[in-house]
Amino acid sequence: MAAKWLRMLVPWRGGWTPRGKEPRPGCAEEERHVRANDRLYNDKFSYADNRIKTSKYSILTFLPVNLFEQFQRVANAYFLVLLILQLIPEISSLSWFTTIVPLVMVLVITAVKDATDDYFRHRSDQQVNTRQSQVLIQGKLQNEKWMNVRVGDIIKLENNQFVTADLLLLSSSEPYGLCYIETAELDGENNLKVRQALTVTSDLGADIAKLAEFDGEITCEPPNNKLDRFTGTLCWRGNKHPLENEHMLLRGCVLRNTDWCFGLVVFAGPQTKLMQNCGRTTFKRTSIEKLMNTLVLWIFGFLICMGIILAIGNTIWEVKVGRAFWAYLQWGELLSNAVYSGFLTFWSYIIILNTVVPISLYVSVEVLRLGHSYFINWDRKLYYGEKDMAAEARTTTLNEELGQVEFIFSDKTGTLTQNILIFHKCSINGTTYGEVYDDFHHKVNITEKTPCVDFSFNPLSDPKFRFHDSSLVEAVKVGEACVQEFFRLLALCHTVMPEERSEGELVYQAQSPDEGALVTAARNFGFVFRARTPETITLYEIGRPVTYQLLAFLDFNNVRKRMSVIVRNPKGEIKLYCKGADTIVFERLHPSNEDLMDTTSEHLNEFAGEGLRTLALAYRELDEDVFGEWMERLQYASTVVGNREELLNELYEEVEQDLMLLGATAVEDKLQEGVPETITCLSLANIKIWVLTGDKLETAMNIGYSCNMLRDDMDEVFVISGHSSLEVARELRSAKERILGPSCAKLSSAGKSISSSSDSVFEETIIAEYALIINGHSLAHALELEVELEQVLLDVACLCKTVICCRVTPLQKAQVVELVKRHKRAVTLAIGDGANDVSMIKTAHIGVGISGQEGTQAVLASDYSFGQFRYLQRLLLVHGRWSYRRMCKFLCYFFYKNFAFTLVHFWFGFLCGFSAQTVYDQWFITLYNIVYTSLPVLAMGMFDKDVNEHFSLRYPSLYRPGQLNLLFNKRKFFTCTLHGVFTSFVLFFVPYVLCFSAVRDDGAHVSDQQAFAITIATSLVIVVSVQIGLDTDYWTAVNHFFVWGSLAMYFAILFAMHSDGLFSMFPSQFPYIGLARNALTQKSVWLVILLTTVVCIMPMLAIRFLKTDLRPSLSDKVYLLQKASRRQHPQEQSLKRVRRTSSRRSAYAFAHQQGYGELITSGRNMKFTASASTPNLSAPPSPALSPPAPVQNMSCTGWIGTWGGGGEEELGDVDSTGESPGVTDDGAGKTPTAEITA
Amino acid sequence: MMASSYNAKEEDGHHSGASGPGGAAAKSKKPDNTAFKQQRLPAWQPILTAGTVLPAFFVIGLIFIPIGIGLYVTSNNIKEFEIDYTGIDMSSPCFNCSQNFSWNSTKPCKCSLPFSLDQPFESNVFVYYGLSNFYQNHRRYVKSRDDSQLNGDLFSLTHPSKECEPYRTGSDNKPIAPCGAIANSMFNDTLELYYIDPNETRTLIPLVKKGIAWWTDKHVKFRNPGGNNSNLTASFQGNSKPVNWNKPAYELDADPENNGFINEDFIVWMRTAALPTFRKLYRIIQRKNNMTPTLPRGNYTLEVTYNYPVRSFEGRKRMILSTISWMGGKNPFLGIAYITVGSVCFFLGVVLLIIHHKYGNRSNNSDIPN
Repeated sequence: MAAKWLRMLVPWRGGWTPRGKEPRPGCAEEERHVRANDRLYNDKFSYADNRIKTSKYSILTFLPVNLFEQFQRVANAYFLVLLILQLIPEISSLSWFTTIVPLVMVLVITAVKDATDDYFRHRSDQQVNTRQSQVLIQGKLQNEKWMNVRVGDIIKLENNQFVTADLLLLSSSEPYGLCYIETAELDGENNLKVRQALTVTSDLGADIAKLAEFDGEITCEPPNNKLDRFTGTLCWRGNKHPLENEHMLLRGCVLRNTDWCFGLVVFAGPQTKLMQNCGRTTFKRTSIEKLMNTLVLWIFGFLICMGIILAIGNTIWEVKVGRAFWAYLQWGELLSNAVYSGFLTFWSYIIILNTVVPISLYVSVEVLRLGHSYFINWDRKLYYGEKDMAAEARTTTLNEELGQVEFIFSDKTGTLTQNILIFHKCSINGTTYGEVYDDFHHKVNITEKTPCVDFSFNPLSDPKFRFHDSSLVEAVKVGEACVQEFFRLLALCHTVMPEERSEGELVYQAQSPDEGALVTAARNFGFVFRARTPETITLYEIGRPVTYQLLAFLDFNNVRKRMSVIVRNPKGEIKLYCKGADTIVFERLHPSNEDLMDTTSEHLNEFAGEGLRTLALAYRELDEDVFGEWMERLQYASTVVGNREELLNELYEEVEQDLMLLGATAVEDKLQEGVPETITCLSLANIKIWVLTGDKLETAMNIGYSCNMLRDDMDEVFVISGHSSLEVARELRSAKERILGPSCAKLSSAGKSISSSSDSVFEETIIAEYALIINGHSLAHALELEVELEQVLLDVACLCKTVICCRVTPLQKAQVVELVKRHKRAVTLAIGDGANDVSMIKTAHIGVGISGQEGTQAVLASDYSFGQFRYLQRLLLVHGRWSYRRMCKFLCYFFYKNFAFTLVHFWFGFLCGFSAQTVYDQWFITLYNIVYTSLPVLAMGMFDKDVNEHFSLRYPSLYRPGQLNLLFNKRKFFTCTLHGVFTSFVLFFVPYVLCFSAVRDDGAHVSDQQAFAITIATSLVIVVSVQIGLDTDYWTAVNHFFVWGSLAMYFAILFAMHSDGLFSMFPSQFPYIGLARNALTQKSVWLVILLTTVVCIMPMLAIRFLKTDLRPSLSDKVYLLQKASRRQHPQEQSLKRVRRTSSRRSAYAFAHQQGYGELITSGRNMKFTASASTPNLSAPPSPALSPPAPVQNMSCTGWIGTWGGGGEEELGDVDSTGESPGVTDDGAGKTPTAEITA
Repeated sequence: MMASSYNAKEEDGHHSGASGPGGAAAKSKKPDNTAFKQQRLPAWQPILTAGTVLPAFFVIGLIFIPIGIGLYVTSNNIKEFEIDYTGIDMSSPCFNCSQNFSWNSTKPCKCSLPFSLDQPFESNVFVYYGLSNFYQNHRRYVKSRDDSQLNGDLFSLTHPSKECEPYRTGSDNKPIAPCGAIANSMFNDTLELYYIDPNETRTLIPLVKKGIAWWTDKHVKFRNPGGNNSNLTASFQGNSKPVNWNKPAYELDADPENNGFINEDFIVWMRTAALPTFRKLYRIIQRKNNMTPTLPRGNYTLEVTYNYPVRSFEGRKRMILSTISWMGGKNPFLGIAYITVGSVCFFLGVVLLIIHHKYGNRSNNSDIPN
């Protein structure tokens, strides 16, 4: 019974240890052995069960663990030390509660926050753990909770169910043991993937009896976090079957389009790949927070200095005065030593003055940031309706840094562009299609209004497809063989999955948008890809169904940069269709294609110049005998265990020869909405935007022009594409010379220190606009080989208005960010949407994820996420600016109010014999920071704004102060502490002079210590309230409520504390009884308070007025303008700036570049634009066997589910070292591998 | 901030409708359109313009100067007389007393100081004693008291707070009542005033000792052990008197309403001063009738029973006679301060006005860079 209770309170596995330190029994596991349906056997290994636990605490462990964690923070530890000091009676100058009450409040607030977080984690854990699943137990299917599922169990899953644990797929309702899953939760891709059961197990079907008898044993890798890899063997009935990722259903996936399937649990609970992937997010800190920590250290120093001064004062006082005063003030024996007394006084003063380091500072800052984060989450203008996606501040600690960003590193695909591809042009047999000419043979700019080609002849066409050149349709209709073959190829050679929900309503599930665009184009032009089986592909060729036998599938990979299919058409002809990167395909053409190749490559140049993505298409007719012989060898090769891949590649190479060129396709990469405007606006805010893309140079440049980053009126565009470090160095140096003039370059090369200082000056003075475009391989040289070169690169890059890095690997993206972070003291922001941006997002100060076509991985790694690039403008210029301003004002005020409060004790020290006597009531000290003054400043930090959002966006220069750190820096800190010191001085000495001989109106004296205390305390509360009133620019109802409420609270508490009732209960804790009644009814006390307030406030008012009047900041000016304009014209639509973007279709990039053709033909910069950035090399291309062969169906897994990420950013001639989806960039993050493999 | 990037809820999250039939239209994530969430709370946005700031300066100036003048005049109308009777000088009548001091002397040392008032004191006159260089605000001194004991708590009477050390237990090992350094150092000079008629007859001026302490102190904060009606002598039986005192607490006054802890002289002393130089109310001279001044012009003698030693720490003792007004006692500083601050504000207002007119930029928005 007791054990049961204990188990309810303490989750029995792992206990209270925080996640990550959890003792995992499988940690040292080298190999996993799982036997199906044999719990006894599997229990021996003590594998984790399927219960997950993301929570940190249980009811019993919450208090100790949470307190332990909290006291690890320096500030809390500091206050604990103070508390201990206060317990020493010789030192204690304050009651214990003055420290413990704020400390407890701080601890409680944090603990409540932690507890609620943990409660929700508990709840969601509970929810997940108690989900029902059907488990095969003792020959029967039984409903079990998820948490009771064990390794080795066989589970039945139904359509649209979440996968319970990492399962080995045994059988499914679909033919050949196929099963479709959606992995959106896992890697963010929401296209369907296919998994397939082993043939041997798929025969088990849904036969419960057979399944219950199944006793296969799996030997596999230990738990790891690689989502795309699995190796193991299934040993059943004496046969060994290799297991791969294609046989696995991972936890987190959802079963789709499959009625049911059975799976064997291999990894459960915390050992699943999903859970293994949940590393802790790295903790980023803002520069303000770092500054704050430094300042707190300074304050510590200051505190110690004050302590020393007062301690010395005490020693002197004891010697000169105290000794003589012994008649009335006898000390214990110890204290007769003046030096020792001074020493004790030092500690006493440390206790008294500890409030200069505000305990509530950190908590308040956290609260503010949380509030700012919520404002971002709540902003409707950051909401992307199409995807029903609101912006999300995933990290709550970085908000103010959004107001200081100087560098933005942006991904291109999916970030600047939509990653929606449109079949735009093509070149077939030397003729280009896609242009529209008017009657006078002038090219017409294609707009929304340009008439589209009518595809009504084709009932299966996609209504969303738009094409403007009708001549292509004519060509198809006429029956031009080349054109038909062209589209036939597009319809046959791809990895798209069709889905026909109802008759004629075709939906394609494409691995890459390029393929989708191409297959859709073929569909509209009458070559409808309708259905596929592992061995056949069914097309509707101009309304006529034609079924092709798929004989072989020569898969894509990064080295091959092409893919081919070999099909047999109904006539019995065997044909190989190949599409791939132009250079690759051109190399393999039959010599007779020479002329056509020249024409086509000309067209390709044209296409590339327009920013279109190109592919070359070719085919080959194969002889039956040749093919048969080749097929045999292929089958042999696919069974070889050792160098299978090599052999296969050789075979592919062999058959993909003597191709006949058909033509080339060009698809358009559409820009996201509002991108050029956003970029213009951000660059007006003096934010440098660097585009880091995996695209090839021309495409990147073209996007640069269309985004307004590159302009015709730029003075010079430097293109760095050297292949050796010497070349790169020369190019960079000459670029620098061009910008700075030769003399400066010489100067900078002479001495680095001079250069770095002079550069910053030059950066400001250079008016001419330059742009730098650097290629990935050149970047590799610049970054890795020479430190000096790195500096030159950075200098040049910073002198340019625009920097575009193309063909960079994910790792290089991170390196570039790192470079800027290292050499510039600037805040960097990285924005991207794909797996390849994860490293960059994690490296930059702020990572922004766009939830785009490429999945949610970037979002998961990011600090902020939203749906569209254009929201960045609002995030930075509005939210970031406000956050920064608010935080700065908050900090300034916070330090001010604590200095004003605390230093009064310092002044008093000189008049009370440096005895560490407090001026105020102890309760006032306790409550000042947490009750009397905390809420107004929080309200200001939460709601304050100077200029409204329209004006912040209209005047991007308002962002400048944040970048220059103007609103809170060391100087500001000094000003506000000086202000605090001044206030404390006035607060003490004005009442001092006036109370000196003051007498009540009934004759009793008022210069008693308590009346003096209440006068100063009341003045202080009023002065800081007035000051917050002056600081608050934006008085909402909340501000009013808090400011007036705090004042009211002060008086209410004051009278309560001084009431008879409290005194009669605790006479020694409330000695101030009756004081408020006696002192605050005196006119002279109020006269003193009024005078003190005026003396404290008026100088500040005068200084502020002079500042805004004589040297108004930009925000002051805009603010005035805003006030004026509100009065005059309330409508704000007129403020919207309309900017014409440069035409995307003019070939800027091309026109500005010499030797372009040479680049293309040399092939160095050619790219293959078919598909994914992250091909899964571990998945072997599997040949589809000809019909007579036994059905093995491996082919399916060959085409589906192996390509990750999607998108066009394959890395061309740079080795892909990028992360596979779902795998963290740890592996790739270590070794810089950007070798040129050209 | 040990956030885990995995949240079990995410696993449960809504699946996009595009790819499966399961994705029914979920609740839109579009944020609510409330003024609070959209940061559109109506607000008052004050701004520091010449139109608001400059008038503030003038208004403050114009309010403060009259107040200051009023205060100054009131303060000047208050009559105050102060006499130092420490006895530092050889010529001083109290010199001898100040020299031969011992706490234990049974025979009080008396001295008398003659003085004369140039002007008559019309209304009630307050008699203060003043001490200088006396650190009643020293931390160890301030905390050396037990408020529970003073409030009549019987337990504290026998077990005084540790704060009272070293004045917690007497030499006879009995707890001291009242304990602590403050009580121990209670001012115990006796002051008597005599009016000397022009015909050289001395009249003792009656000094009222009731009503010199705060009402709350006398009736709430301070209470005798066992209530005010019991036998004080019995209550204090187990206690020892403070070391410096000549007589125990229950013999402070004959009047039971003014004896023990609720002795007003004692209460006044226990209200510690904020600064090393202070005065405390000693007695009140009530006005007899409207016809004669309370203290007419003429010669007086101050008779001091000199008990309280201050020479060791260079302290001074004073006797002060003062009348008061609506704003309290004589305090010329307040009036002067008001006049000064008021004038400075006014002057600043003028200077700012000039600066604003000469150099200030008045709403020229043309130079806002875009």
